[in-house]
Order: sequence, then C-alpha cells, then structure tokens
Amino acid sequence: MALADKDRIFTNVYGYQPWNLKEAQARGAWDNTKALIERGRDAIIDEMKASGLRGRGGAGFPTGMKWSFMPKQPPLDQNGNPKPSFLVINADESEPGSCKDREIIRHDPHMLLEGALVAGFAMGARAAYIYIRGEYIREAETLFAARDEAYAAGLLGRNASGSGYDFDVFVHRGAGAYICGEETAMIESLEGKKGQPRLKPPFPAGAGLYGCPTTVNNVESIAVAPTILRRGASWFSSFGRENNKGTKLFQISGHVNRPCVVEEEMSIPFSELIERHCGGIRGGRDNLLAVIPGGSSVPLVPSAEIWDAPMDFDGLKAVGSGLGTAAVIVMDKSTDIVRAISRLSYFYKHESCGQCTPCREGTGWMWRVMERLRTGDAHVEEIDMLQQVTKQVEGHTICALGDAAAWPIQGLIKHFRPEIERRIEERHGSLQEAAE
Amino acid sequence: MPKVKVDGVELEVPAGATVLQACELAGKEIPRFCYHERLSIAGNCRMCLVEVKPGPPKPQASCALPATDGQEIRTDSEMVKKAREGVMEFLLINHPLDCPICDQGGECDLQDQSVAYGRGGSRYHEHKRAVTEKYMGPLIKTQMTRCIHCTRCVRFSEEVAGVDEIGALYRGESMQITTYLEHAAKHEMSANVIDLCPVGALTSRPYAYEARPWELKKTLGIDVSDATGSNIRIDARGREVLRVLPRNNDDVNEEWLSDKARFQIDGLTKRRLDKPYLRRDGKLVAVTWNEAFAALSTLNPGASIAAVAGDMVDCETMFAAKALVGALGSSLLEGRQTGMNYATANLAAVNFNTTLNDIESADTILIVGSMVRWEAPTVNVRLRKAVKRGAKVFLIGPEWETTFGGEFIGDDLSVLGNLPGHVSNALGQAKRPAVIVGGAALGRGGLEAALGLAGQFKLVRTLEDGSAWNGFNVLHMAASRMGGLMLGYAQEGGIADLVAAKPKVLISLGADEVDYAGFAGSMIVYIGHHGDKGAHAADVILPASAYTEKAGTYVSTEGRVQFADKAVFAPGDAREDWTILRALADAFGVTVGFDSFDELRAAMIAAVPALGIEGLAGYGKALPAGGGSASGAIVYPIKDFYMTNPIARASATMQRCSAELLHGEEFAEAAE
Repeated sequence: MALADKDRIFTNVYGYQPWNLKEAQARGAWDNTKALIERGRDAIIDEMKASGLRGRGGAGFPTGMKWSFMPKQPPLDQNGNPKPSFLVINADESEPGSCKDREIIRHDPHMLLEGALVAGFAMGARAAYIYIRGEYIREAETLFAARDEAYAAGLLGRNASGSGYDFDVFVHRGAGAYICGEETAMIESLEGKKGQPRLKPPFPAGAGLYGCPTTVNNVESIAVAPTILRRGASWFSSFGRENNKGTKLFQISGHVNRPCVVEEEMSIPFSELIERHCGGIRGGRDNLLAVIPGGSSVPLVPSAEIWDAPMDFDGLKAVGSGLGTAAVIVMDKSTDIVRAISRLSYFYKHESCGQCTPCREGTGWMWRVMERLRTGDAHVEEIDMLQQVTKQVEGHTICALGDAAAWPIQGLIKHFRPEIERRIEERHGSLQEAAE
Repeated sequence: MPKVKVDGVELEVPAGATVLQACELAGKEIPRFCYHERLSIAGNCRMCLVEVKPGPPKPQASCALPATDGQEIRTDSEMVKKAREGVMEFLLINHPLDCPICDQGGECDLQDQSVAYGRGGSRYHEHKRAVTEKYMGPLIKTQMTRCIHCTRCVRFSEEVAGVDEIGALYRGESMQITTYLEHAAKHEMSANVIDLCPVGALTSRPYAYEARPWELKKTLGIDVSDATGSNIRIDARGREVLRVLPRNNDDVNEEWLSDKARFQIDGLTKRRLDKPYLRRDGKLVAVTWNEAFAALSTLNPGASIAAVAGDMVDCETMFAAKALVGALGSSLLEGRQTGMNYATANLAAVNFNTTLNDIESADTILIVGSMVRWEAPTVNVRLRKAVKRGAKVFLIGPEWETTFGGEFIGDDLSVLGNLPGHVSNALGQAKRPAVIVGGAALGRGGLEAALGLAGQFKLVRTLEDGSAWNGFNVLHMAASRMGGLMLGYAQEGGIADLVAAKPKVLISLGADEVDYAGFAGSMIVYIGHHGDKGAHAADVILPASAYTEKAGTYVSTEGRVQFADKAVFAPGDAREDWTILRALADAFGVTVGFDSFDELRAAMIAAVPALGIEGLAGYGKALPAGGGSASGAIVYPIKDFYMTNPIARASATMQRCSAELLHGEEFAEAAE
C-alpha cells in the first residue's frame, strides 16, 4: 500500500508546474489561511500534537510539543518591555545526501511561507527568519521572489492574510558552513557572529535569537503544517506506525537505478521504497552492500539488516542507525566502503567549527587514521584505537557534530571490520615480499 | 539554596552556582582551561566534565551546568576519569612538545593538568598542526601552534577590555586566534591575556626567555603607575626585577593590571641615579655620599626650607621629609606638582568615596574631565561593568574612545553649571548616582562646582537596603596623592605658596613634573631614582630607591591604605629614601625622632593613625557645600599613556609602545 496521489502534501515536488503564487494557490496553498489562524494558538498546537508530526530535521522531536515550549507571556527585557519571539526556519540543508528542503523551496516555496505564518502565529512569533544554505543560489532567488509575491498579495506583513496578525518573513543566506545547520549555531550566525553552537541550557525557547524566545524548525516540518491543519490530525496520523506518523520526503541517492526525492508514508519498508520508486538496486538486490539510511551522520546498515526494515525513527534505531533526514544513500558492492566513510570523516573534519576540543582535534585524528585504514597502512590495533577515539568524541561535545562524526566510523567498524583487517594484512603481506 | 551531593558528600550551595562551583565548595579540584571566574562561560575545552545524575548518560561540562537540588555529582568515577583522559589526549595531539623552550614552562596549566589527569602517553602518530606566527604588538609574544583554543583571550578583550581586538579565524582544526588583520593589540589592559592564557601561546614579549618561575623571588607590592593602587607581585632574580604580575584583590584591581604597571619595570635599570651628584660650575659632578653631605651641611637653611613630593613616593618618605622640614621650623610641603590648589580641609571632597568596587553598582555616572582609560585603566574596566549592568554614563570633556559607550555632553567646565535636561533628569532619578571628577576638572572651580552637584543630586544618601552611598568621587593620577594629602602635603595656594616663600633649600622627593623655573633662587636637593626632569634641575642629587626597592605605605585614590614590601636592592650607591632624609637631618644639625624604619613608621602612625591600618582610611560622609561656577576648556593632562612617569619614560618597552601604538611607527621584526 503506497501513498496515493490524493494524500501527497507536496504536490509539485517534481517541479512539473510553476512555483509561483497563482499556481501554488491553484494547488491549495494559501487557501483561506485566515481561517487556520482564527482557530487560535492552542488549537493549532493541539492539532499538531495530535498529528504526531516529529521534526523532519533529523532529531525527530515532536513538532507540536516544541511549539508549545514557547512562552505564552513574553519575558521582559531590562527596561521592562516585552521581548518579541522568533521562528527560525532551518533551510541550511548541508547534510550529505539530503536534498528535500531544496525541492520544497524550488518548487513549492509558498507552502513553506504559509507554514511560517501559521507556525509563527501558533508560537506567538513576531517574525520568521528563513536561513537558507549559501550554496542554494537559485533556490534562494525563488524564495526571495516567492516572499515578495506573498507580501504583495498581503499574505505576509501587516495584517497577514487578513488575519489581523502582523508577521514578517526574512530570508537570510548562509555562507556555506555545515555547522550553521545546528540550531544554536544558526542563531549565532543570524546574529552576525561566527557560527558556533551555544551551550544549552539556556534553550532557544527561553533565550534564542537576540536573547528572545526562539524556535528553530526544519523546512519540511513547517511546510507540512498548513496541510495537516486543513486535512486534520487524524488524516496525517493515519500514515505510518505508532510514534512514527505521517508522510515524509525520502531522498534516495547512490547505486539505485533511478535516484529520486519522493514523498512516501513513514514506515514504508526499505525494499518497497527502493523497488517502487527507484527502480531497484543497481545490479539487483544481491549487489547491495550497505545503506546509510538517514544522511551522512548516521551509521551505515549492511544489506541483510536494512532490506526489510521499516523506514522510520524506531525501525532504523532497531537496526543500529537512524532516520535522520531520510536521506538514503545506497551503496552497492562496487563501493570502496572504507573510502566512502573516510570521505565522510573528511567532511566532518572540514566542517567542525573548532569550538570544543574533542570535535576539533578528534575529527582530524579520525580522518587521518581512516585514510590510513583505507590503504591498509596501519596496524590492526589501530582499529580498536580508532573505535576508542570515536567514543572519546561521542557525547563529549557541545553539539551533535561530534556524534555525527563518530557514528559513521563506528558503523563501519561494527559491520566491516573484516574488510579493514583484510586491507591491513594485504598491505603488510606485500611489504614483506618487497623487503625480502 | 540547592542541596547537592558531590562524591557522596552532601552540601548546600548558593543559588545560581554551577556544578563546578559546587564541586569546588566540596573541596574537589575540577580541571579546566576555558573556564575563568571573571569571564563568561564558554564550555569549550570540555576538561571539566563530571558525571551528573539525573541527566543524560554522558559526562556534562560542569562549568556551564547549573547546580540544582538533588543532583548527584561524581568527580571520581571511571566515566569522568576516561573523559578527562580523552580530552587531555585531544588537547595534546596538536600541542607541540616544546616545553623546554616555552616561557610558560613551570606555570603552565596544560603541563600541570596533563600530569594530573592525562594518560601519560600519546597514541597519535600523525603529523601535528602548525600555525603561522601572529603579531600582537610589542607586549604579547605569540606562538599560536601552542594554542588550545580556550578563547579566554577573545572573551577578555570582548568582555573586560571592551575592544574587539582578538578573535578566531577559520574553523575546525584550522581555527586560529589572532588580532584583527594582525594589528597590535592596542588596549591599555591588553597584556592581561598573557596571564589568562593557560598555555604558552600568549606570553610576555619583554620577559621572553628571561627566567623560569621557580628561579624568581616573589614579593608583594603596590603599583605606583597610577593612583588606583593595583596589587602586584614583583618577581625578581638577584637584583633585577624581571616581571610584575597582578595579584587578586576584588576591591582594587580584581586580577587585572594595566600594561604600564606590568611593563614599565625595565625602566628600573635604565637612567638610574646610582651615585650622588653636586652641581659645580653649572655642571653635575659625581661625588661620594660624604662629599655630598659635607656640602649640604654648609647650607644652614634654617626655616627657609620646603619639600615637594613626586607622584610615586611612599608615605614613609613623605613623613620623613615632613619631619625634617618640621624640625627646621618650616611647614612648606606640597605634592600637587602642577599647581593645583583645591581645598584639602575635608579629604572626603577629594577622595574616590564610592570605592572602586561599588562604582560597578552605580546606575548613573557623570564623568567630569577624566580620560579614565589612560588615567586609571582598572577603573575603566569597572565602569564598563557598570554599563553592562545598565548604568548610564555622561562625560564632560573632549571626546575619547570609551569602551562602554556613554554620551559626551560638552568639553568645557561650564557644562557643570548648566547640565542638559536629560542628564540632570537621569541624575535626579537615579538610585545610585555617581560623579567622577578627574584631574583635568579639579582646578578653575571645577571641584567646587562638582561638589555643588553632589549637594543638588544628594550623592550622599542612604540606600533602600539601608547601606550608605557616597556617589562623589575624585579620580587622581598620582600614587602618592592621597597619602600626601593625609600627611599635609598641601598649601592653601598650592605650589605657588612655595614659590612665593623663596625657600633657601627645596627638597624634591622624586618630583619630576614641577616647573623648577620658579625655584631659581633655591638650592634644589633632588632625592629620587631616575635622571629625569627633576634631576636635571637639581643642585644636589641624592640617589634613592624606586617603588620596588623599598618597603612603604601607599594610599590609593579611594583612600585605601596598602603596604608594599621591598623586592630588590637599589642599584649602586642609591639608598632607601628615609635613610637619606635621616642623614640629611644630621647634616642640617636637627633631630627627627627616628633611627630605623620601624621607628619612622611608628612615628608616622602616631601622627596619622589611619596610615597604620590596611584598608579604607575613611574620611567621613560629610562633603563641603561647594557650588560656584566653573569655566574653561578641559584638557586631559596625560598626553601619552606610556610616558607618564620617570620609570616608564626610561623603559624601552614603554617607549616602543608609545612609538608603535600611539604614534603609529612601524618596527621591523628581527628574523629569528
């Protein structure tokens, strides 16, 4: 049972139709948004909670609950004036493998903008900041244009959509740092500082952007909100397993016949996702080596374990990985798996912000050892040492980048240790011959 | 007051304390690099990890975690030990093993904690990172390969100094700490980052390769480069002072020190007066002590004698001179060398009454004629703290670059009598108003007009919590000023009275700012340590001791009596000042009533009891009425921060700072 066309939220994700306001309205966006807002803050948040939507940015925190953390009464500043609240929308999609936010912004930007208004109203925010990845140049142009359209049509700005609520949307372009996708680093970056994660507590809902209450949400979480409210929480929660409700944009890349971004039900088995939408694994099922099911920062899963696993938060956790952003990276047997993970290690070394010690020093160390493991220029004991180093990084850092850098390597060692040992032995064998 | 358990021991900690502070209260040492009591919490070194329940099953950074009721903290578990070893290992993998040639060696946090918490060996066999040399000016020597990116220096310059001088470039492993475009750090407190740096990345440039900490004799002293009485530690080897470091004193300098106080000490070995001189046929000729006193004994000044005190002398010296002058029947004493003649009957009118510590809690501050950054850098830090707490600051005087914002409302003293409406409103509504009068505003009716404001805005009041508040402050620049005033070094007409008296003999106690033209007919006996302006004008030079070479009592601008110890001996034939004055008494044939330093000090305390008690002297709450009008353009007396006293003027380091940081000269770096 696959997701029927009538149940798709992102009806233009392939870009067959123009993105502009008129067409978007024809597809249902901005349809009487005023009525949605008139339901009131609590009703919107309750509906979102009931829908079971979990954050689509990777951590999977329930979205409705996150919105409810925003203070009902704004805190006061030094002079006794109420502080504004802000919604920050994370469009800094930089995780290797992820490309869903890009499709939303390219082809359905008005869904995001409408979601921003609805979500912003629900949390009492004065404005939304959309932080878009610096490399998304065309996407940013689309987003700027779409925002201008919405302003011109009176959908945003003063008395947004005729609701009597004043709401602004600002689009801010990033400068190409992966770490700015971390929520507090994004806030720092928006404030004009070096993008480095903040210590928590205080959490952004208490003191975020410019010290004001702030919620940071992923693009997809925000963009699905108006549709959930229109069609009802029960409709949304009719998809997927318990605790993993709804539909989701899956992004399948790598060694499949037709890589794609597709909206599917949560909990769809991996095999069905691949067979139905991607034309199967390149060279058939037997050629599958391993899958990174949720973007570069989750551990890989070997073919035997992933094949029947349901693609949702709990199902992938059960096989020692995670859903992440649902960026499925498929690797067939032609893949140099050690090199692939080593490349990811290089990515994390390159993107570590350098603020805290374990990540700054550890990512470089791990990458260097990985590079030697790739060629076999190492000792077998170093595999264990590398495992220990990843454990020394994991859980000891300010943000989750340290964990993200450690997990792919841990997954590799867990599932492909024989391959690494084979390389070491092979190289040592060849060296001995040369010496004799 | 939350109750927490640290390693099984239950204790109560103050509300708002962090887990790290709770552990310290429990007597547990928590290793740290980035955490510093006086800076914001960064939480980036990850060395202070502890295990906290309830909480996630991973170690937590104790510096950033608030202590809450019922927490169980473990600092001795396997998890914590592992975490510390891990962080230590990470810190060391890219840290060069150049301790033998590193100036931080022996007082390096990284060394100490590596021994205490490290794993004892490295498993890292890759190449180490190297960082290109950075330039941070003539005071701070950099070796950024050693940097562990704790960002203490960045936070100091941003938060305490209030200038965006130091920051981080790039990210990840390539992160580098540097000044903007590698310009020199110009702030007058910049060298404090040397103390803050836990490793050898930022070290003292003038002190480079001079000594190891264990070779140095450490003496507790008081700084005399300004009037704030910063507490210092004088590190000396043999007869030479090699460096000066700040001492912790929350009431005075916290733990900061101005660059001048720290680095003027190389001037202590230059241009020194190390033997007596007599002027013969218009030329100063070196003589022996006996020859000098023989010549002096023929003078017979009688009561026609006066003494003028310099800016850096201690109370004992001034009292000894007072005793000598008094024994001869004169009372012509003056310390305000540049001609000030404000009334000194009530010392509360010329004192920093709010105290350096409490000025932080003022909510509206009016600064009149003081360029605080140069006149008292440590007070400037306090003002910045006050503004951060929400204080409004207004300034009268030519504009200077404040580090705390503030509004300049005119550069003429007449503004005092005609404050803009919003300023008088702010002062009128303030709960803790304060006025700070600087040296440039003391004359021309400025002090009296400011005292008038003190009455108008009730600067002396009782606060809501019942404590007393005195918001009237005078910020002096001379370390000897308050002590001198307490000892009576003030004439009604200022130094003009001395000139008018045409004394036969003028004793100059290291007074280098006096216009000696007025004393053309006097025999000028200069008792000082540097061949500066005073020595040039002198007829007799008796070489004396600088502040590091004698014990002494100093009174700071807030009336704080502090004692300094003697760190080294004066060079050559130079003697301690009081012994010279005692010998002079013999030469003049009078008795002064003391034969030893202890007797001198006892006599001084008998005369002025407050000088015997360490701490605030207390001049009473009552202020004179003041009033009257003031006018005249304000001109700040300090033209060059690095050249304000004879020691600094003799110091090559200060000369270089002046040339490079203030006058923009460029210096080629010698290739190493």
